[in-house]
Amino acid sequence: MSKRTVHFKIYRYDPDKDEKPYMQDISVELEPSDKKLLDALVRLRAKDDSMSFRRSCREGVCGSDAMNINGKNGLACLTDVDSLQQPITLRPLPGLPVIRDLIVDMTQFFKQYHSIKPYLVNNDPPPERERLQSPEDREELNGLYECILCACCSTSCPSFWWNPDKFVGPAGLLAAYRFLADTRDQDTGARLDNLEDPYRLFRCHSIMNCVDVCPKGLNPTRAIGKIKDMMVRRAI
Amino acid sequence: MVKQRTVVGAHYGLKDWIAQRATAVYMAAYTIIFALCAFSLRELNYQEWSGLFSHGLFKFLSFLFFLSVFYHAWIGIRDLWMDYIKPNGVRLALHLVTIFVLVGYAGWAAQILWRL
Repeated sequence: MSKRTVHFKIYRYDPDKDEKPYMQDISVELEPSDKKLLDALVRLRAKDDSMSFRRSCREGVCGSDAMNINGKNGLACLTDVDSLQQPITLRPLPGLPVIRDLIVDMTQFFKQYHSIKPYLVNNDPPPERERLQSPEDREELNGLYECILCACCSTSCPSFWWNPDKFVGPAGLLAAYRFLADTRDQDTGARLDNLEDPYRLFRCHSIMNCVDVCPKGLNPTRAIGKIKDMMVRRAI
Repeated sequence: MVKQRTVVGAHYGLKDWIAQRATAVYMAAYTIIFALCAFSLRELNYQEWSGLFSHGLFKFLSFLFFLSVFYHAWIGIRDLWMDYIKPNGVRLALHLVTIFVLVGYAGWAAQILWRL
Protein backbone atom coordinates (compact mmCIF):
# COMPACT_ATOMS: atom_id res chain seq x y z
CA MET A 1 0.00 0.00 0.00
CA SER A 2 1.36 3.40 -0.97
CA LYS A 3 1.17 6.72 0.79
CA ARG A 4 -2.32 8.18 0.54
CA THR A 5 -4.36 11.02 1.94
CA VAL A 6 -7.49 10.30 3.92
CA HIS A 7 -10.22 12.86 4.56
CA PHE A 8 -12.11 13.03 7.81
CA LYS A 9 -15.13 14.80 9.22
CA ILE A 10 -14.72 14.62 12.98
CA TYR A 11 -16.98 15.60 15.84
CA ARG A 12 -15.10 18.10 17.99
CA TYR A 13 -16.11 19.42 21.35
CA ASP A 14 -13.98 20.79 24.13
CA PRO A 15 -16.33 22.03 26.88
CA ASP A 16 -13.64 24.41 28.17
CA LYS A 17 -13.34 26.21 24.84
CA ASP A 18 -16.30 25.43 22.61
CA GLU A 19 -19.78 26.72 23.16
CA LYS A 20 -21.21 23.79 21.24
CA PRO A 21 -19.94 20.79 19.28
CA TYR A 22 -18.97 21.15 15.62
CA MET A 23 -17.76 18.90 12.79
CA GLN A 24 -14.18 19.49 11.68
CA ASP A 25 -12.95 18.69 8.17
CA ILE A 26 -9.38 17.45 8.31
CA SER A 27 -7.08 15.36 6.12
CA VAL A 28 -4.03 13.33 6.95
CA GLU A 29 -1.37 11.56 4.92
CA LEU A 30 -0.98 7.90 5.81
CA GLU A 31 2.18 5.84 5.62
CA PRO A 32 2.08 2.52 3.71
CA SER A 33 2.08 0.64 7.02
CA ASP A 34 -1.09 2.38 8.25
CA LYS A 35 -3.88 -0.15 7.88
CA LYS A 36 -6.50 0.53 10.52
CA LEU A 37 -8.61 3.56 11.35
CA LEU A 38 -6.76 3.81 14.65
CA ASP A 39 -3.44 4.20 12.77
CA ALA A 40 -4.98 7.13 10.91
CA LEU A 41 -6.29 8.65 14.15
CA VAL A 42 -2.84 8.40 15.72
CA ARG A 43 -1.40 10.24 12.68
CA LEU A 44 -4.16 12.79 13.03
CA ARG A 45 -3.34 13.40 16.67
CA ALA A 46 0.32 13.91 15.75
CA LYS A 47 -0.93 16.69 13.48
CA ASP A 48 -3.41 18.18 15.95
CA ASP A 49 -2.69 17.20 19.53
CA SER A 50 -5.95 18.67 20.81
CA MET A 51 -7.85 15.79 19.17
CA SER A 52 -9.04 13.43 21.91
CA PHE A 53 -9.99 9.79 21.73
CA ARG A 54 -9.45 6.71 23.89
CA ARG A 55 -7.19 3.87 22.81
CA SER A 56 -5.09 1.26 24.49
CA CYS A 57 -4.38 -2.22 23.18
CA ARG A 58 -4.87 -1.40 19.45
CA GLU A 59 -5.97 -4.97 18.74
CA GLY A 60 -9.66 -5.25 19.65
CA VAL A 61 -9.21 -6.56 23.18
CA CYS A 62 -9.56 -3.53 25.46
CA GLY A 63 -12.59 -1.95 23.79
CA SER A 64 -11.38 1.61 24.43
CA ASP A 65 -11.57 3.01 20.91
CA ALA A 66 -15.26 2.38 20.24
CA MET A 67 -16.76 5.20 18.20
CA ASN A 68 -19.37 5.91 15.59
CA ILE A 69 -17.68 5.39 12.21
CA ASN A 70 -19.63 6.54 9.15
CA GLY A 71 -22.82 6.12 11.14
CA LYS A 72 -22.10 2.70 12.58
CA ASN A 73 -20.51 1.90 15.92
CA GLY A 74 -17.24 -0.01 15.80
CA LEU A 75 -13.68 -0.23 17.06
CA ALA A 76 -11.19 2.02 15.29
CA CYS A 77 -8.45 -0.57 15.75
CA LEU A 78 -10.39 -3.31 13.94
CA THR A 79 -11.70 -1.18 11.07
CA ASP A 80 -9.71 -1.12 7.83
CA VAL A 81 -9.25 2.52 6.94
CA ASP A 82 -9.29 1.75 3.20
CA SER A 83 -12.67 0.04 3.45
CA LEU A 84 -14.35 3.25 4.57
CA GLN A 85 -16.10 5.75 2.36
CA GLN A 86 -14.54 9.22 2.53
CA PRO A 87 -14.80 11.65 4.13
CA ILE A 88 -14.76 9.29 7.11
CA THR A 89 -17.28 10.70 9.57
CA LEU A 90 -16.34 10.05 13.18
CA ARG A 91 -18.63 10.80 16.08
CA PRO A 92 -18.59 9.74 19.73
CA LEU A 93 -20.74 6.74 20.69
CA PRO A 94 -24.38 7.92 20.50
CA GLY A 95 -26.52 8.40 23.57
CA LEU A 96 -23.81 8.90 26.18
CA PRO A 97 -22.66 12.29 27.49
CA VAL A 98 -19.60 13.59 25.65
CA ILE A 99 -16.60 14.45 27.80
CA ARG A 100 -14.48 15.74 24.93
CA ASP A 101 -14.30 15.04 21.17
CA LEU A 102 -14.69 11.26 20.75
CA ILE A 103 -14.53 10.49 24.48
CA VAL A 104 -17.83 9.68 26.19
CA ASP A 105 -18.78 9.29 29.82
CA MET A 106 -19.51 5.57 30.27
CA THR A 107 -20.72 5.79 33.89
CA GLN A 108 -24.30 4.86 33.01
CA PHE A 109 -23.16 1.94 30.88
CA PHE A 110 -21.03 0.47 33.67
CA LYS A 111 -23.72 1.16 36.27
CA GLN A 112 -26.04 -1.10 34.28
CA TYR A 113 -23.29 -3.69 33.88
CA HIS A 114 -22.65 -3.74 37.64
CA SER A 115 -26.38 -3.98 38.36
CA ILE A 116 -26.51 -7.54 37.03
CA LYS A 117 -23.79 -8.75 39.45
CA PRO A 118 -21.21 -9.67 36.83
CA TYR A 119 -19.46 -12.24 38.99
CA LEU A 120 -19.96 -15.84 39.98
CA VAL A 121 -22.13 -16.35 43.08
CA ASN A 122 -21.45 -19.69 44.73
CA ASN A 123 -21.91 -20.17 48.47
CA ASP A 124 -20.25 -23.59 48.68
CA PRO A 125 -16.85 -23.60 50.34
CA PRO A 126 -14.27 -23.04 47.60
CA PRO A 127 -12.60 -26.29 46.53
CA GLU A 128 -8.85 -26.66 46.74
CA ARG A 129 -8.55 -26.34 43.00
CA GLU A 130 -10.89 -24.62 40.51
CA ARG A 131 -14.63 -25.33 40.29
CA LEU A 132 -14.85 -27.76 37.42
CA GLN A 133 -17.46 -27.90 34.66
CA SER A 134 -18.17 -30.55 32.08
CA PRO A 135 -17.03 -29.62 28.55
CA GLU A 136 -20.73 -29.42 27.52
CA ASP A 137 -21.54 -27.01 30.35
CA ARG A 138 -18.50 -24.93 29.49
CA GLU A 139 -19.63 -24.86 25.86
CA GLU A 140 -22.70 -22.85 26.97
CA LEU A 141 -20.47 -19.90 27.87
CA ASN A 142 -19.02 -19.55 24.38
CA GLY A 143 -20.30 -16.44 22.67
CA LEU A 144 -21.00 -14.86 26.07
CA TYR A 145 -17.75 -14.44 27.97
CA GLU A 146 -15.88 -12.81 25.06
CA CYS A 147 -17.57 -9.42 25.53
CA ILE A 148 -14.99 -6.63 25.96
CA LEU A 149 -17.49 -4.00 27.19
CA CYS A 150 -16.71 -1.54 24.41
CA ALA A 151 -20.36 -0.34 24.54
CA CYS A 152 -20.80 -0.45 20.74
CA CYS A 153 -23.97 -2.52 21.21
CA SER A 154 -25.66 -0.64 24.03
CA THR A 155 -25.04 2.74 22.39
CA SER A 156 -26.56 1.54 19.12
CA CYS A 157 -29.72 0.41 20.91
CA PRO A 158 -32.63 2.91 20.80
CA SER A 159 -34.10 1.40 23.97
CA PHE A 160 -30.82 2.20 25.74
CA TRP A 161 -30.84 5.72 24.28
CA TRP A 162 -34.31 6.41 25.65
CA ASN A 163 -33.87 4.71 29.05
CA PRO A 164 -30.17 4.34 29.89
CA ASP A 165 -30.97 4.60 33.59
CA LYS A 166 -33.55 1.79 33.54
CA PHE A 167 -32.83 -0.57 30.64
CA VAL A 168 -29.82 -2.82 31.30
CA GLY A 169 -28.84 -2.75 27.62
CA PRO A 170 -27.50 -5.51 25.38
CA ALA A 171 -23.99 -5.62 26.91
CA GLY A 172 -25.33 -5.92 30.46
CA LEU A 173 -27.91 -8.52 29.46
CA LEU A 174 -25.33 -10.58 27.57
CA ALA A 175 -23.23 -10.56 30.75
CA ALA A 176 -26.33 -11.42 32.80
CA TYR A 177 -26.96 -14.48 30.67
CA ARG A 178 -23.28 -15.41 30.88
CA PHE A 179 -23.84 -15.98 34.63
CA LEU A 180 -27.34 -17.43 34.24
CA ALA A 181 -25.89 -20.01 31.87
CA ASP A 182 -22.99 -20.86 34.18
CA THR A 183 -23.63 -24.18 35.96
CA ARG A 184 -21.33 -23.11 38.81
CA ASP A 185 -23.50 -20.09 39.66
CA GLN A 186 -26.10 -20.53 42.42
CA ASP A 187 -27.90 -17.22 42.14
CA THR A 188 -30.14 -18.02 39.16
CA GLY A 189 -33.45 -17.24 40.87
CA ALA A 190 -32.29 -13.91 42.24
CA ARG A 191 -30.73 -12.99 38.90
CA LEU A 192 -34.01 -13.65 37.10
CA ASP A 193 -35.92 -11.71 39.79
CA ASN A 194 -33.55 -8.82 39.26
CA LEU A 195 -34.26 -8.76 35.54
CA GLU A 196 -38.02 -9.36 35.60
CA ASP A 197 -38.98 -5.79 34.98
CA PRO A 198 -40.68 -4.04 32.05
CA TYR A 199 -37.70 -1.69 31.79
CA ARG A 200 -34.64 -3.72 32.77
CA LEU A 201 -35.20 -6.61 30.36
CA PHE A 202 -38.40 -6.10 28.41
CA ARG A 203 -37.36 -2.82 26.76
CA CYS A 204 -35.55 -5.08 24.27
CA HIS A 205 -37.69 -5.37 21.16
CA SER A 206 -35.17 -7.59 19.32
CA ILE A 207 -34.28 -5.07 16.62
CA MET A 208 -30.76 -6.56 16.66
CA ASN A 209 -28.74 -3.33 16.22
CA CYS A 210 -26.48 -4.84 18.89
CA VAL A 211 -25.77 -7.92 16.78
CA ASP A 212 -25.11 -5.75 13.75
CA VAL A 213 -22.37 -3.71 15.43
CA CYS A 214 -20.66 -6.10 17.86
CA PRO A 215 -16.97 -6.06 16.91
CA LYS A 216 -16.50 -9.47 18.52
CA GLY A 217 -19.33 -11.04 16.51
CA LEU A 218 -21.45 -11.78 19.60
CA ASN A 219 -25.23 -12.03 19.68
CA PRO A 220 -26.80 -10.22 22.66
CA THR A 221 -30.28 -10.62 21.15
CA ARG A 222 -29.99 -14.40 21.33
CA ALA A 223 -28.78 -14.17 24.94
CA ILE A 224 -31.74 -11.91 25.80
CA GLY A 225 -34.06 -14.44 24.16
CA LYS A 226 -32.55 -17.17 26.32
CA ILE A 227 -33.10 -15.10 29.47
CA LYS A 228 -36.77 -14.74 28.48
CA ASP A 229 -36.88 -18.51 27.84
CA MET A 230 -35.56 -19.15 31.35
CA MET A 231 -38.20 -16.85 32.80
CA VAL A 232 -40.96 -18.58 30.86
CA ARG A 233 -39.73 -22.00 31.94
CA ARG A 234 -39.70 -21.01 35.59
CA ALA A 235 -43.12 -19.31 35.41
CA ILE A 236 -45.24 -21.87 33.60
CA MET B 1 -33.61 19.57 45.39
CA VAL B 2 -32.40 16.02 45.64
CA LYS B 3 -32.92 14.14 42.40
CA GLN B 4 -35.20 11.15 42.83
CA ARG B 5 -33.33 7.86 42.68
CA THR B 6 -34.13 5.55 39.82
CA VAL B 7 -35.89 2.46 41.09
CA VAL B 8 -36.32 -0.59 38.93
CA GLY B 9 -37.35 -4.18 39.64
CA ALA B 10 -41.10 -4.02 39.22
CA HIS B 11 -41.33 -7.83 38.98
CA TYR B 12 -43.67 -7.89 36.04
CA GLY B 13 -43.34 -7.86 32.29
CA LEU B 14 -43.07 -11.54 31.49
CA LYS B 15 -46.84 -12.08 31.24
CA ASP B 16 -47.22 -9.06 28.97
CA TRP B 17 -44.37 -10.28 26.80
CA ILE B 18 -45.98 -13.72 26.44
CA ALA B 19 -49.41 -12.16 25.90
CA GLN B 20 -48.08 -9.94 23.14
CA ARG B 21 -46.77 -12.98 21.29
CA ALA B 22 -49.81 -15.16 21.98
CA THR B 23 -52.23 -12.46 20.79
CA ALA B 24 -50.10 -11.94 17.66
CA VAL B 25 -50.33 -15.65 16.83
CA TYR B 26 -54.09 -15.65 17.42
CA MET B 27 -54.59 -12.55 15.26
CA ALA B 28 -52.61 -14.15 12.44
CA ALA B 29 -54.68 -17.35 12.70
CA TYR B 30 -57.96 -15.41 12.83
CA THR B 31 -56.96 -13.35 9.79
CA ILE B 32 -56.58 -16.57 7.78
CA ILE B 33 -59.89 -18.00 9.07
CA PHE B 34 -61.68 -14.72 8.39
CA ALA B 35 -60.21 -14.43 4.88
CA LEU B 36 -61.27 -18.01 4.05
CA CYS B 37 -64.81 -17.39 5.34
CA ALA B 38 -65.12 -14.02 3.58
CA PHE B 39 -63.92 -15.44 0.25
CA SER B 40 -66.31 -18.38 0.52
CA LEU B 41 -69.35 -16.08 0.65
CA ARG B 42 -71.50 -16.38 -2.45
CA GLU B 43 -71.76 -12.60 -2.82
CA LEU B 44 -70.84 -9.57 -0.76
CA ASN B 45 -74.07 -8.20 0.69
CA TYR B 46 -75.52 -7.50 4.14
CA GLN B 47 -77.45 -10.80 4.39
CA GLU B 48 -74.34 -12.86 3.70
CA TRP B 49 -72.26 -10.80 6.16
CA SER B 50 -74.78 -11.02 8.97
CA GLY B 51 -75.24 -14.71 8.17
CA LEU B 52 -71.52 -15.23 8.63
CA PHE B 53 -71.51 -13.35 11.93
CA SER B 54 -74.69 -14.98 13.22
CA HIS B 55 -72.84 -18.22 14.02
CA GLY B 56 -72.05 -18.44 17.71
CA LEU B 57 -68.59 -19.83 17.00
CA PHE B 58 -67.79 -16.98 14.62
CA LYS B 59 -68.92 -14.45 17.20
CA PHE B 60 -66.72 -16.18 19.78
CA LEU B 61 -63.66 -16.20 17.48
CA SER B 62 -64.25 -12.61 16.37
CA PHE B 63 -64.69 -11.33 19.91
CA LEU B 64 -61.49 -13.12 20.92
CA PHE B 65 -59.79 -11.45 17.96
CA PHE B 66 -60.87 -8.00 19.12
CA LEU B 67 -59.76 -8.73 22.68
CA SER B 68 -56.40 -9.83 21.24
CA VAL B 69 -56.13 -6.61 19.22
CA PHE B 70 -56.87 -4.51 22.29
CA TYR B 71 -54.52 -6.39 24.62
CA HIS B 72 -51.79 -6.35 21.95
CA ALA B 73 -52.40 -2.64 21.41
CA TRP B 74 -52.27 -1.99 25.17
CA ILE B 75 -48.79 -3.52 25.46
CA GLY B 76 -47.54 -1.81 22.29
CA ILE B 77 -48.87 1.63 23.18
CA ARG B 78 -47.73 1.26 26.81
CA ASP B 79 -44.25 0.49 25.46
CA LEU B 80 -44.37 3.69 23.42
CA TRP B 81 -45.25 5.74 26.49
CA MET B 82 -42.54 3.98 28.50
CA ASP B 83 -39.93 4.72 25.83
CA TYR B 84 -40.70 8.32 25.04
CA ILE B 85 -42.67 9.95 27.87
CA LYS B 86 -40.37 10.86 30.73
CA PRO B 87 -42.56 12.77 33.25
CA ASN B 88 -44.11 10.08 35.45
CA GLY B 89 -47.43 11.90 35.92
CA VAL B 90 -47.95 12.39 32.20
CA ARG B 91 -47.02 8.75 31.56
CA LEU B 92 -49.46 7.48 34.17
CA ALA B 93 -52.21 9.66 32.71
CA LEU B 94 -51.51 8.35 29.22
CA HIS B 95 -51.52 4.76 30.51
CA LEU B 96 -54.94 5.31 32.07
CA VAL B 97 -56.38 7.04 28.99
CA THR B 98 -55.10 4.14 26.83
CA ILE B 99 -56.72 1.56 29.13
CA PHE B 100 -60.02 3.45 29.25
CA VAL B 101 -60.13 3.83 25.47
CA LEU B 102 -59.26 0.17 24.82
CA VAL B 103 -61.74 -1.18 27.39
CA GLY B 104 -64.39 1.09 25.87
CA TYR B 105 -63.55 -0.23 22.41
CA ALA B 106 -63.84 -3.81 23.69
CA GLY B 107 -67.37 -3.12 24.98
CA TRP B 108 -68.28 -1.40 21.75
CA ALA B 109 -66.89 -4.31 19.68
CA ALA B 110 -68.96 -6.79 21.74
CA GLN B 111 -72.08 -4.71 21.23
CA ILE B 112 -71.54 -4.54 17.46
CA LEU B 113 -70.78 -8.26 17.18
CA TRP B 114 -73.88 -9.37 19.07
CA ARG B 115 -76.08 -6.92 17.21
CA LEU B 116 -75.27 -8.58 13.87
